[in-house]
Amino acid sequence: MIDSKDPVVFTRAGFWRGVRGAMVAVIGVAPFGIVCGITAQGAGLSFSEITLMSVLVYAGASQLVALSIWTHPPDIFAVAFAAFVVNLRLALMGPVLSPWLDRFKGWRVWLSLFTMVDHSWAFAVREMNAGYRDAAYLLGGGSILYLTWIMTTAAGFLMGEALHLPPGHPLFFAALAAFVSVLAQMWRGMGDLLPWAVAACVASLVAQILPGTFWYIVAGALAGSITGGIRDQRRRAQ
Amino acid sequence: MNPSLWHIDPTTLAAIVLMALATYACRGGGYWLFRQITPSPLIRAILSYIPGTLFVSYVIPAVIKGGLQPAVGSLATVVVMIYTRNLALGIAAGVAAAWGVWVVIS
Repeated sequence: MIDSKDPVVFTRAGFWRGVRGAMVAVIGVAPFGIVCGITAQGAGLSFSEITLMSVLVYAGASQLVALSIWTHPPDIFAVAFAAFVVNLRLALMGPVLSPWLDRFKGWRVWLSLFTMVDHSWAFAVREMNAGYRDAAYLLGGGSILYLTWIMTTAAGFLMGEALHLPPGHPLFFAALAAFVSVLAQMWRGMGDLLPWAVAACVASLVAQILPGTFWYIVAGALAGSITGGIRDQRRRAQ
Repeated sequence: MNPSLWHIDPTTLAAIVLMALATYACRGGGYWLFRQITPSPLIRAILSYIPGTLFVSYVIPAVIKGGLQPAVGSLATVVVMIYTRNLALGIAAGVAAAWGVWVVIS
């Protein structure tokens, strides 16, 4: 870890190191962006609308969830709330980089945080823990993935437009498959079993009770995570 | 190019802007908030479970609703992920399996 006396800088060199570091993630993000673009086309958005969404929102999972509950006209508060809930994890990621971010104020901090996504964050944490002291690394990695995201969602939209896929076509399963594969990466061990099982049961139940809404996602996530949190606290107390 | 490609619906624009604000509230707000307060260990533990339980809550009802095609596809994705840990391969395997079911059924 960084010692509090160590100087932390913010340079072009750090930025480009971040860009190079995130290059491997570009290959992983590109198919996800294409899936999101195809899904947006299937949901009835225009090319400008999905591109604007990628430019302003830039958070893949939340864009996919919002598009999967998209109606015409969209339920503004439902999609915004879905984005908020799905992206709550980002609120937990920023504080981890405090040893870098606390040394700066203004655009360096707030622009870096705007570009922060799962991969750029993970690489930045790795570098920071290894003792690297250039905070521009986060902005570099985030920027290359930002460009990748905008271009691949646009490309996916055009592919969807060219293919004219009918509803229920297996290519739309790609959106769900993306979540399943992210889930497989998130599995940390048997400690996740109980919270995940509670989430699955509550979400399935609420989906039956309130069909056509997205509340089941929030209900399942809250029930599962509170169960896990309370269980962990009881274990610590013993 | 199709002129509808360039259309921006005002309600859709409002939805996108609100989504963007909600997302930045998470990205920037979380860091800002953690500078002000120290969350309790219970809150930290609960938050650490949010990502996994959230995606489970999304996937399981969707698989139940969708039936055989997403069920087989999800299983294929999980198996490939366990062996390769590669996101793109996992998605590709799932879509291929779902496609297979689709071809057999229809």
